[in-house]
Amino acid sequence: MSVSPDPSSPNPVSSQQTILTELEARLGDLKATAQRTGSDLSAITLPLQAQIEALRARIGAALASVPTPPMSRWERVQLARAPGRPTSLDYVELLTTDFTELHGDRAYGDDPALIGGPARWQDRPVMLLLQQKGRDTKGKIKRRFGMSNPEGYRKAIRLMDLAEKCGLPIICLIDTPGAYPGIAAEERGQGWAIAESIQRMVRLRVPAVCAVIGEGGSGGALAVGVGNRVLIMENAWYSVISPEACASIIWKDPAKAPEAAEALRLTAPDLLELGIVEEVIAEPPGGAHLDPAASAGFLGEVVSRHLDELALLSAEELLTQRGERFRRLGAFLEG
Amino acid sequence: MALDKFFRRRRAQPTEGSDIPDLWSKCPACKENIYNKDLEAELYVCPKCAFHHRLSARRRVEVLLDQGTFMQQSGHVRPVDVLNFVDTETYPARLLRAQRKTGQPDAILTGTGELLGLKLTVAVMDFEFSGGSMGSVVGEEISRAAEGAAQAGLPLLLVAASGGARMQESALSLMQMAKTTVALERLSKAGLPYISLLTDPTTGGVTASFATIADVIVAEPGALIGFAGPRVIQQTIRQSLPEGFQRSEFLLEHGMVDLVTDRREQRAVLHSVLSILTRQPGAKPEQADPVQADLVQADTSHASELQASGGEQ
Ligand SMILES: [Zn+2]
Repeated sequence: MSVSPDPSSPNPVSSQQTILTELEARLGDLKATAQRTGSDLSAITLPLQAQIEALRARIGAALASVPTPPMSRWERVQLARAPGRPTSLDYVELLTTDFTELHGDRAYGDDPALIGGPARWQDRPVMLLLQQKGRDTKGKIKRRFGMSNPEGYRKAIRLMDLAEKCGLPIICLIDTPGAYPGIAAEERGQGWAIAESIQRMVRLRVPAVCAVIGEGGSGGALAVGVGNRVLIMENAWYSVISPEACASIIWKDPAKAPEAAEALRLTAPDLLELGIVEEVIAEPPGGAHLDPAASAGFLGEVVSRHLDELALLSAEELLTQRGERFRRLGAFLEG
Repeated sequence: MALDKFFRRRRAQPTEGSDIPDLWSKCPACKENIYNKDLEAELYVCPKCAFHHRLSARRRVEVLLDQGTFMQQSGHVRPVDVLNFVDTETYPARLLRAQRKTGQPDAILTGTGELLGLKLTVAVMDFEFSGGSMGSVVGEEISRAAEGAAQAGLPLLLVAASGGARMQESALSLMQMAKTTVALERLSKAGLPYISLLTDPTTGGVTASFATIADVIVAEPGALIGFAGPRVIQQTIRQSLPEGFQRSEFLLEHGMVDLVTDRREQRAVLHSVLSILTRQPGAKPEQADPVQADLVQADTSHASELQASGGEQ
């Protein structure tokens, strides 16, 4: 693979331009496919066209106004954790109807940090798997700040079984600092549960669209991140380790987290460049917390578009596409 | 030493065991002085207290496979620093140091070989290379080993020894957890068994991916095995950890591993399981490894002790 990391810090305009380029390429591909196959893909291309126009207008406006100072990777990590940033359930309220939360792993307990159930996502019947942080102090404690025990991943597996049986596409909203590091979690096989959830996703015969909406912390995030499409919001992060934990290991000092964030290249534009995500979902200026409704609008539109694209694929094609997508990830020299 | 002639081939290489003096070494567990030849003869398990020393990937292959049967497949892919990762030193500098220390391009050795005459594919992680950390090369080699095994119709034996995913490749390291799972799916579809042997230590992303989705999971006695490291857990919960927490025996008790097997019995146990799972004949007496046969006879008291601790109580 060829990756030439951008030495300059990301800033809102340049990251939006990256997104725009990506969207334009996608539209080009779709139009070519439509022309080649003679099929009508306007249900997908028209909303995409509209999204591109909107983004172009916003970039134009941003360029015309006072230039914004470049945002560091650490600043983005802080935006991903900003108080009032929409949680999974906020998006569910804004984008879905008829969500019924189904509880429990049928073996040990119910994890409040990874929840799920059937819903209508902008009128599409789907299965939702949601990593949920609390919205207030009490909720945060109840939901262990979005850190799951093994029961969460085992519940996810059971809901994937159900989705597959009923032919429902799966939407995973990822927002976790990582799996919960506790004695009981280890006793009940935290590593095993994550591994099995990854394996279940690899085997899915229905479409899966995953979106990192806030924090994508390590294996705890990947457990519900093996999708046919992996998307990330503009100010979310996704990494093998949190900046604080990385700083503790390397510099023996969690206060060096800003340096660790730079080194880890964990922002949305970084991940797009590395080929780890298909698309970056734009956020309102200043971050999702400043306008949750607008943010939900962007998320809904992009996820729905990917769902509609994947609906055209057979179960075998979905398996192959997902498998090949992950099989080729990595950077090494041959020979 | 009567057993010595059987173990000449397993003599320590001069480059390894840096702090072990020529003839004797002190066991880190029981503090007894052990004659190095005895330690070798016991496959680097302390003859006094059964402490299992960590092994490099090369030595692990020597200990597990029939002499002269290993055909290496790994080594054609090399790590690269796509992120320009710099912490207290650059990633290329770290890599170079680990490569010089181990003589390996990365923390993994794969190939095919025979175990008591049974053909299999092996993938062995090397803790001596950067703590056995899993980056793109480890993920790629394990994936190729799994796919190669599926194609050749061979079972796969993976030996895990890793502190987890490699930070210096960030999200690319994380993705290896999914990638290896995809490759192992090929093996699964081919109806071929996959056994993982968890050794000290196996933690982080390795525990949360390929190492724990094996059909049969064997652990070495006393190995640290877990997802979160003990230090991280302690910092989070701010209380001391129970005795034996995250050790092999603890995991056996909690139903997470199939077996805890002493290194000196692994060949026999792995052969029994693999030959049945692949519907092949059992080891014939003349095929049986003289080393193993002798060992069991020489140390029956010890063997029965181990069975008691690993099996039913
Ligand atoms: Zn000892």
